[in-house]
Amino acid sequence: MKRSDGRKPEELRPLEIKAGVLSNATGSAMVRMGKTIAVAGVFGPREMFPRRLQEFSRASLQCRYEMAPFSTDERARPGPSRRSREISMVIRNALEPVIFLHEFPKAVIDVYVDIIQADAGTRTAGINAASVALADAGVPMKGLVSAVAVGMIDGKHVVDLAGNEEEESECDLPVAYLPGEGRISLLQMDGNMPKEDVKQLIKIAIKACEQINEKQKEALKIRWMR
Amino acid sequence: MMLQEESISRLASKGTRIDGRKLDQMREIVIDNEPVQKAAGAALVRLGKTQVIAGVKLDVGKPFSDRPDEGVLIVGAEFSPISSPEFEPGPPKEDSIELARVVDRGIRESGAVDMKKLCIKEGELVWMLNLDINILDNFGNLIDASALAAAVAINQAVFPKYEDGAVVYTEKTKKKLPVKYKPIACTFSKIGDYLLLDPDKEEEEVSGARLTITTRDDGNVVAIQKGGSTSLSPEEIGKLLDLAVVKGKEIRKLIK
Repeated sequence: MKRSDGRKPEELRPLEIKAGVLSNATGSAMVRMGKTIAVAGVFGPREMFPRRLQEFSRASLQCRYEMAPFSTDERARPGPSRRSREISMVIRNALEPVIFLHEFPKAVIDVYVDIIQADAGTRTAGINAASVALADAGVPMKGLVSAVAVGMIDGKHVVDLAGNEEEESECDLPVAYLPGEGRISLLQMDGNMPKEDVKQLIKIAIKACEQINEKQKEALKIRWMR
Repeated sequence: MMLQEESISRLASKGTRIDGRKLDQMREIVIDNEPVQKAAGAALVRLGKTQVIAGVKLDVGKPFSDRPDEGVLIVGAEFSPISSPEFEPGPPKEDSIELARVVDRGIRESGAVDMKKLCIKEGELVWMLNLDINILDNFGNLIDASALAAAVAINQAVFPKYEDGAVVYTEKTKKKLPVKYKPIACTFSKIGDYLLLDPDKEEEEVSGARLTITTRDDGNVVAIQKGGSTSLSPEEIGKLLDLAVVKGKEIRKLIK
């Protein structure tokens, strides 16, 4: 089976990852998955203000996902929407299990994810970028989080859905995976399919995440090894 | 490990919970089919001590340009400050947004309502299905309670009278909403090494990961949402998918 862009079912879109793309942020990264482009900037660990929000025994993790107004076909209205607030939350949940937050009591780590161009899989591209940006910032972590969205087109399981495939796909199932631990930190699905397909899709998502993980590590090596 | 987490884990290792339930047992469910007469359809669901009301209001309006021949579904959730000492009035917070969006996806993706039958004039006029969820008393697992209330409310909703291009809200017809499926959400919490169905407030407070799986009448999975700040293994997720289908079937029988 050939996909509309000629990819094989389990083939990722062209993937590009760069660490250290911003100068003001403590750490940063850009991830391009096909036409989707995410830039992540990490600030901190730094002191949390206002002080009443400080957590006594650990750092807080704050995430904000936003789409640039020019990132979509029709202009996206700037500012938080219900969708972007939910995505900000699931990105935070996806990253939190790998960060040693207890090493920085009362501090905050801010993760900002900007979607520069949206062509499906923006939350997963955002997670890939954020996790590299956290490592680039030197935040102590158990490992990198890798993420991809999978789906089913004409009964075939496919990875890394592109924008023009989202309509055709019987579901959209984003997964974030912690390759070091073999565990899943983000799982969402909308669609309609038997549970056995869901299980199979999670399996191929994990394989794709392992590939993405290698690319993330490579990007950090390029940035930090001379 | 927190004390509470430890005691819940210890009980779970013996297959039981603070309130005596089994790990895969829901709290008692009580459904009131007609809590509100002015709504097109409404339901009050009690899940243990948790209480939520879902209400459907039908209105007419313009369809979305990319779906000119389909009605519009709008789901909102309000955590009334009445429902918990921790809630404060104000703009919707993360958890109420998530709640509304998870319920929305269950209804939308399952094809619960035949949206094409809500079209009055293509591209110009369609029925708008407004589903609002009001949390009255939060004792945990608002997602499952709300999803069930939503399914019941939609299942029994009837159209108001529509005459000369206007809705007559005071007059109900006998015509029911074109309902095809009843999506049921099942939420599990991971506490220690154990997975608990339908977590109550005490259990939610010490829960790490949370997984909600919504299924429809034919057993298909239509929505998944993982919450919480810890991770799950693929094996755990597989087990919960199996369980959600079985439990979904049981809960669905409660909808008359």
